[in-house]
Amino acid sequence: MSQYVLRRLLIAIPSLLGISVVLFVVLALAPGDPFSELATNPNVPPEVQAALRAKFGLDDPIHLRYLHWLNAMLQGDWGFSFVSRMNVDTLILQRLPATLYVIGSAQILALLIAIPVGVYAATKPYSLFDQIANTLAFVGFSLPTFFTGILFILIFSVTLDWLPFVYTTDIKATGIRWVLEMIRQAIMPVAVLGLFQAASMTRFVRSAMLDVIRLDYVTTARAKGLGQAKVIVKHVMRNAMIPVVTLIALQMPAVFGGAIVTEQIFRIPGIGSLLISSILSNDTPVVMAVTFVFACLVVLFNLIADVLYGWLDPRISLR
Amino acid sequence: MLDKELRSMIGQVKDGRMDRRAFIKHMAAVGLTAPLANQILALGGVAMAEGASTYKPTKRGGGGALKLLWWQGPTLLNPHFATGTKDQDGARLFYEPLACWDPDGNMKLVLAAEIPSIQNGGLAADGKSVTWKLKPGVKWHDGTPFTADDVVFNWEYAKDPATSALTIATLRDITVEKVDDLTVRILFNKPTPFWADAFVGAPNTIIPKHLFQDYRGSKSREAPTNLSPVGTGPYKFVEFKPGDLVRGVINPDYHMPNRPYFDSVEMKGGGDAVSAARAVIQTGEYDFGWNIQVEDDVLLRLEKGGKGKTVYAVGGDTEFIALNFTDPNTEVDGERSSMKTKHPLFSDPAVRKALSLLIDRESVKKAIYGRAGRTTANFLNGPEKFVSKNTSWEFSIEKASKILDDAGWKPGADGIREKDGKKLKLLYQTSINGPRQKTQAIVKQACQKAGIDVELKSVVASVFFSSDVGNPDTYSKFYADMEMFQIPLSQPDPSQHMRRYLSTLVATKENKWQGTNFPRWVNKEYDATIQAADGEMDPVKRAALYIKANDLMYQDTVFIPVQHRLKVEAAANNLRPVVSGWANETDNLFDWYREE
Repeated sequence: MSQYVLRRLLIAIPSLLGISVVLFVVLALAPGDPFSELATNPNVPPEVQAALRAKFGLDDPIHLRYLHWLNAMLQGDWGFSFVSRMNVDTLILQRLPATLYVIGSAQILALLIAIPVGVYAATKPYSLFDQIANTLAFVGFSLPTFFTGILFILIFSVTLDWLPFVYTTDIKATGIRWVLEMIRQAIMPVAVLGLFQAASMTRFVRSAMLDVIRLDYVTTARAKGLGQAKVIVKHVMRNAMIPVVTLIALQMPAVFGGAIVTEQIFRIPGIGSLLISSILSNDTPVVMAVTFVFACLVVLFNLIADVLYGWLDPRISLR
Repeated sequence: MLDKELRSMIGQVKDGRMDRRAFIKHMAAVGLTAPLANQILALGGVAMAEGASTYKPTKRGGGGALKLLWWQGPTLLNPHFATGTKDQDGARLFYEPLACWDPDGNMKLVLAAEIPSIQNGGLAADGKSVTWKLKPGVKWHDGTPFTADDVVFNWEYAKDPATSALTIATLRDITVEKVDDLTVRILFNKPTPFWADAFVGAPNTIIPKHLFQDYRGSKSREAPTNLSPVGTGPYKFVEFKPGDLVRGVINPDYHMPNRPYFDSVEMKGGGDAVSAARAVIQTGEYDFGWNIQVEDDVLLRLEKGGKGKTVYAVGGDTEFIALNFTDPNTEVDGERSSMKTKHPLFSDPAVRKALSLLIDRESVKKAIYGRAGRTTANFLNGPEKFVSKNTSWEFSIEKASKILDDAGWKPGADGIREKDGKKLKLLYQTSINGPRQKTQAIVKQACQKAGIDVELKSVVASVFFSSDVGNPDTYSKFYADMEMFQIPLSQPDPSQHMRRYLSTLVATKENKWQGTNFPRWVNKEYDATIQAADGEMDPVKRAALYIKANDLMYQDTVFIPVQHRLKVEAAANNLRPVVSGWANETDNLFDWYREE
């Protein structure tokens, strides 16, 4: 097992290197530069812009810049933001809590809805419950988050005035009031993201369950006289979860950066909004670091999924 | 008003034979506003009046929290590194300049004790130096006294190219010396009529010597105080998350009496302008929203029964269409829009004149800018005393058609005018931005009716405004026939703004398109006028020179002004913000309060 994990990690190194080269080249070739805002400021002479470009090494050839970046990265130096003039890792760490809290809660909400609903719908296919769940799921993933987000704001903030729609990281309260405020301001973004994810996941859980529920071993289990609950939970769900785990594991990295639109609408200072603002201001070191982190997460969660398969189904051997 | 009469009246005020109020009344009688009259007096050698304050609270603090919403949050807090106004706005919460600009373009004292004038010996008669007296008893937030050494240090810090401060442009050509602990003198290497640039306004705030002196030059980026400012301002620094949040609390030792009103300040970043307007005007979650560039009918709808309103500030920002004087379609020595070419269509003045008749500024105002725009014929729209009254504009398809007919541009079989085999087909580019694309559509429609075919192009702002030499779509390369944007006028003086179009500053391949004259317009008379204005100490003559420069541009149709744009902000109904069109939004923050 540990040998398997080690081997997988070693294989990951060349693929991560490859990813970093591609990312770096694409970013270097992308138009625009981080000092464009200065161009329309008549107070800043062009020489100053040129000096800044030189100082940040923007005029060096691409391969030199890549080697510099790689060398620094190996030493744990993630780079230096052109725009904020601070270390990139500090910037990312600052954004991490909000992302983990909001996006993590949304993911948990999605799972809490999708698994019970999907499982129950699969045990009674084409029943009234199944029909309703299916319809709602279709509605859910047909509505994009920017639409439901604005709809929620109009209903709950503007019309009813129940919830705030600007996410603040410094709530001026302590103890239980702080917790309540944190929950209150996260309700809308979590609901928007969670329901969207839950919709597609429900469909997925349902079909995975249906595939398994008709297999012979399930009939055998029933014939042994096991109760419905035990058959479903112990025998069907465990096997049906294998594709679901793959889906969730592959979604995790997307979860870290994926909620860009929702973060923008509710002004959540997460990694997604950091990425989008860095792209808009051409802050290449930050874009590079964030996208590279995503790449690492994809590789890592793939590995986790593979290890989980072995636990869910011991027949899958890890060699 | 006659130049001579005005001068004699200024003289009378100087000698005390006429009082200030009477002078302003006289000026008002001929249609000039009070702030303008004040500036004429100041520049005529009568001390500049300090901007009047509308601040009412009678004690410090007690105003609760002030919640500001900046839809692009500050990304750094060292004013010398600020890349945009958002960074200057954030830094200005904590750092202060010697003086700032009020809504009328008058000077307001901050760290300075008095406005330099010829009378108090602050201004040299030859315009080559200005002496500032500093307010005594001012302390940095850590208790260290603020002195002349701090001011001198800021100059030394920024003028070192290794520091890579963006304020270098303002500070490198001057010399700053300490006279005594509370007096500094700024020496200019040539007569400088506009002396209030260095250390004035939000872009030029002062950082403490004792915390930055070890981080000069190439070590500048290591200073811990880059991210946690210690200033002299009304609020003390608490917390900073780049792009997201800046927070401060009241400075109980602030040097202005009864100020500030609010106990804490919070500047939240992120999102977009429309939802920022909504959070301030509709739900009242925030007190003030910055730069609300939203269509006017959306704002009017939000304002109905809302908790806030929009606030406007008049400055000198002009949205314009620039015409290319060189040929963007012919390549000479690997360079398009080369100075060795002439524009095939615009070299005929009739075509340029006709185009200026085809921009329906009134419709643009009605349909797009609303209360945030004013129609204008001038490129230079402020300060008031520099605005030409000799120009006028008109929208008339008939007149434009007639001018083109007379010049020999006859409609071809496809309805597009042509002459000597050249068709009137134009490429019109701008940055991607809602109002700009709508303006393009209005212009295109009018041109079509007059037999001119206009192709529209929009470029992402981060490319259009970039200095990237490899990109063909930047505004400075100008590989199009016409292009539209605005260049903000960041101080109440036109000198930097107008100097951009000297014929020596044409953007070419040779200077990597870093020249500022992007229309590539060459006019000897304009050059002479600007050079004369640069060294002209007589304020009345100087204003006349800039008006002449504007009129030369008007006669040659270099720029077709589309709209004089106002600053738009959103504020809670009970908030009394002080916002100047000549300064950053937070420049007058010490005077903000809430009506109970």
